[in-house]
Amino acid sequence: MWVYEKKLEYPVRVEGSDVRMAKFLMAQYGGPDSELSAGIRYLTQRYSMPTNMTKGLLTDIGTEELAHWEIIATMIYKLTHGVPPEVMKEAGLGGYYTMHDNAVFPVNPDGVPWTAAYVQATGDPVTDLHEDMAAEQKARTTYEHLIRLTDDPGIKDTLKFLREREVVHFQRFGEALDNVQEFQETKKVF
Amino acid sequence: MNKTQMALLKQIMEIGFTAIELNLFLDTHPDNSAAFRDFQEASARYRKLTEEYQRQYGPLYPDGQYDTAGHWRWTESPWPWEI
Repeated sequence: MWVYEKKLEYPVRVEGSDVRMAKFLMAQYGGPDSELSAGIRYLTQRYSMPTNMTKGLLTDIGTEELAHWEIIATMIYKLTHGVPPEVMKEAGLGGYYTMHDNAVFPVNPDGVPWTAAYVQATGDPVTDLHEDMAAEQKARTTYEHLIRLTDDPGIKDTLKFLREREVVHFQRFGEALDNVQEFQETKKVF
Repeated sequence: MNKTQMALLKQIMEIGFTAIELNLFLDTHPDNSAAFRDFQEASARYRKLTEEYQRQYGPLYPDGQYDTAGHWRWTESPWPWEI
């Protein structure tokens, strides 16, 4: 189970509305390397992990990803809140407005809805942890692109925090991979 | 949300994040005593600050301790995306 706390993991501060930036941020809300993909990926893979360290780490990082998903949602919400349809349309969100109004729905910047095909769980812990490490790198790259697409200091600050988390998670997954490989050596799996 | 409330909430977010970071580190370094000590300090401070915040401003999570007698306040305190 989970316990919800009524706070963000890191503050979100935005200067007014910026619908174009909100559209770009959807990469991390409903895209393949989004926080949603990350959370679902890790929380799904943990059931087939062989060691307590990896079960624990995937649970804890998966949970943190959901908090990041909430941070991205908050940014999109603040950047689009109360924005009229014509402004959404001008920013390339006419199709989005047609289907979702000002709701915060997981699509990528081009309107493609989130799908479970963005994640994998192979049942092989070495394969899954490699996927996780790659996912963290892909998310780091996406954050670097997003940081270049805005000059709002508040948005940049929050995105820099999220980028750093990708780096830390990559490091932790590498340690978990060592742990799994040591475990497989002792068990002589192959 | 007024400045004093915001300042206390930010302190909670800061120490809460410290605890998250140390939690992940300890997952893969379970015998690191310095990190363990830091985690204990962070979580004790987190408990203290969240108690103080909730006594003044209402619940951060629904546990019934910080509602006015007979009135459910959980849904009334500000939502994170509206702050």
